[in-house]
Amino acid sequence: MLEQQLFNALSLGSVYALFALGFTLVFGVLGVVNLSHGAVFMVGAYTALQAVTRLNVPLAGALLVAFLASGLLGLLIDVLVLRPLRARNAPHLIPMIATIGLAIAINSLAQGLFGAENLRFPAEVLPQQTLTFAGLHVTVLELGIILLSFALMAVLLLVLRGTQLGRALRAIAESPKAAALLGVNVGGLFMLTSFVAAGLGGVAGVLIGLYSNALFPLMGQPILHKGIAVIILGGMGDIRGAMLAGLFLGFAEVLSVAYIGSTMRDAVGFGLLFAVLLLRPKGLFGSTNERKV
Amino acid sequence: MEAFESFWAVYSNLVLTLGTNSLLALSIYLTLSCGMLAMANAAFMGIGAYSAALLTMNAGVSFPLALAGGMAAPAVVALLIGGPTLRLSGVYLAMATLAFGEVVRIFIINTEAWTGGALGVNGIPPLTAWWHVALGLVLACLVLALLRRSKVGRAFEAIKLDETAAGLMGIDVNAYKMLAFVLGAMLAGLAGALNAHLTFFIGPNEYGFDRGVEILTMTILGGINGLMGPISGAVILTLLPELLRGLADFRNVFNGLILVLIVLFLPRGLWDPARLRGWLGRRS
Repeated sequence: MLEQQLFNALSLGSVYALFALGFTLVFGVLGVVNLSHGAVFMVGAYTALQAVTRLNVPLAGALLVAFLASGLLGLLIDVLVLRPLRARNAPHLIPMIATIGLAIAINSLAQGLFGAENLRFPAEVLPQQTLTFAGLHVTVLELGIILLSFALMAVLLLVLRGTQLGRALRAIAESPKAAALLGVNVGGLFMLTSFVAAGLGGVAGVLIGLYSNALFPLMGQPILHKGIAVIILGGMGDIRGAMLAGLFLGFAEVLSVAYIGSTMRDAVGFGLLFAVLLLRPKGLFGSTNERKV
Repeated sequence: MEAFESFWAVYSNLVLTLGTNSLLALSIYLTLSCGMLAMANAAFMGIGAYSAALLTMNAGVSFPLALAGGMAAPAVVALLIGGPTLRLSGVYLAMATLAFGEVVRIFIINTEAWTGGALGVNGIPPLTAWWHVALGLVLACLVLALLRRSKVGRAFEAIKLDETAAGLMGIDVNAYKMLAFVLGAMLAGLAGALNAHLTFFIGPNEYGFDRGVEILTMTILGGINGLMGPISGAVILTLLPELLRGLADFRNVFNGLILVLIVLFLPRGLWDPARLRGWLGRRS
């Protein structure tokens, strides 16, 4: 039974990690707490649903469409809202509030267009098979969610660690000004980061939509709150930290539901978050947290 | 007079909500004016609402006493969590206080015996009269205006501009931050207590993330260059959904976009005395 729970936790945690990854990437590189990330996540889920139901796109294609659509939305947000604020050198709080406004607008646009009720992926597009090995029942869907999440995270980590592009991004995270002086195309990489982060958020939206099979306009809000918990647990802007913390939150939630009770599910994440902020504000895995004067 | 009575019958709730929302906006203005982005005000409002409602319903105390209880309870909680929380700065403080809000919400849901859990508290006596709200708002403005002109207000201003420099000038930064935090909690609690006795029903989800964001939005929209800023922000954001009613499902789209546009084009908020003076021809 425990193995079964652990497997469920792994699939939930991997999606949390994927969502938080984009969130923390934007914070690390752009220095912005992008509170529209939950809305972008919802847009990804709805785009995939539309692609599947209206255009009969297969699921894999729908994932790609969702990645592109939410990525473009992220890009648009960067160009139209975040860039002017950057140019003005606005304090932290300001882009946060602007993205709150965007989230409100996007969420209620979805509500106006698609209604507030839960929508579902049609049963025939979901893989139905169940594999059994070593007494463990594994749906192909969950397995796919885990594999896709980990594959995307691995690609991102490899790019950040091993390529020229990754070095440039890490340089910007250190100091955009210094990176620009060294010839890094900071504006372009900001746009690329926004695109990729939002795209990953959109894919996470599709995956959660498949996992719980319930899409609703405000579906991004609970995961946004969890994402906040995850990136703080992992250390703000820390990619690996966000991955580990996302998985950790998945495990903590599933196990607390299994062994304590379902009402404590959300308390776990935020209780942990509160404790971590008070005891170790740099995050569980973070190492740098200098205070700028 | 008859026209007024029919107006009041329909809109009294809206008008009184203007008042309680203004109190909420002022409560977050207090911490912002001390340079802290603390987002616990929705939670403090909830603590105030629950304490006051349970006092009038279960303990049978008089309304003024219940209001006092609704202010005291969040103040005590603010004192308790302020110590460790206010060490954090910037985004971290915002996140910690948001997380605290979720903890409060979940606490309320899980203490069903007292708070009715997720179902909330029903049948709160409608004791709030218009003059309670008006008096509360006037008193709050008076206290805040006096505070602004006093040593305390100048200390807040100094801390907001540069915490380290303020500390070096001999200002007890931690004590003043705590003062702003606790006073803000009391104001939010008062708003919650008044609001609870206005709406008949309170539930844990009314005091979550969205409410916190709404409070912050009102204040930022109005600007924090004076007391009129938060109040005008609260009035606009409370009336806007009513004015946009014709847009039905899409009205929040405009709500959100207006917020974005204000942030982009009016960085100091709507109430900006310097700009107003500029418009009215230099009268300094």
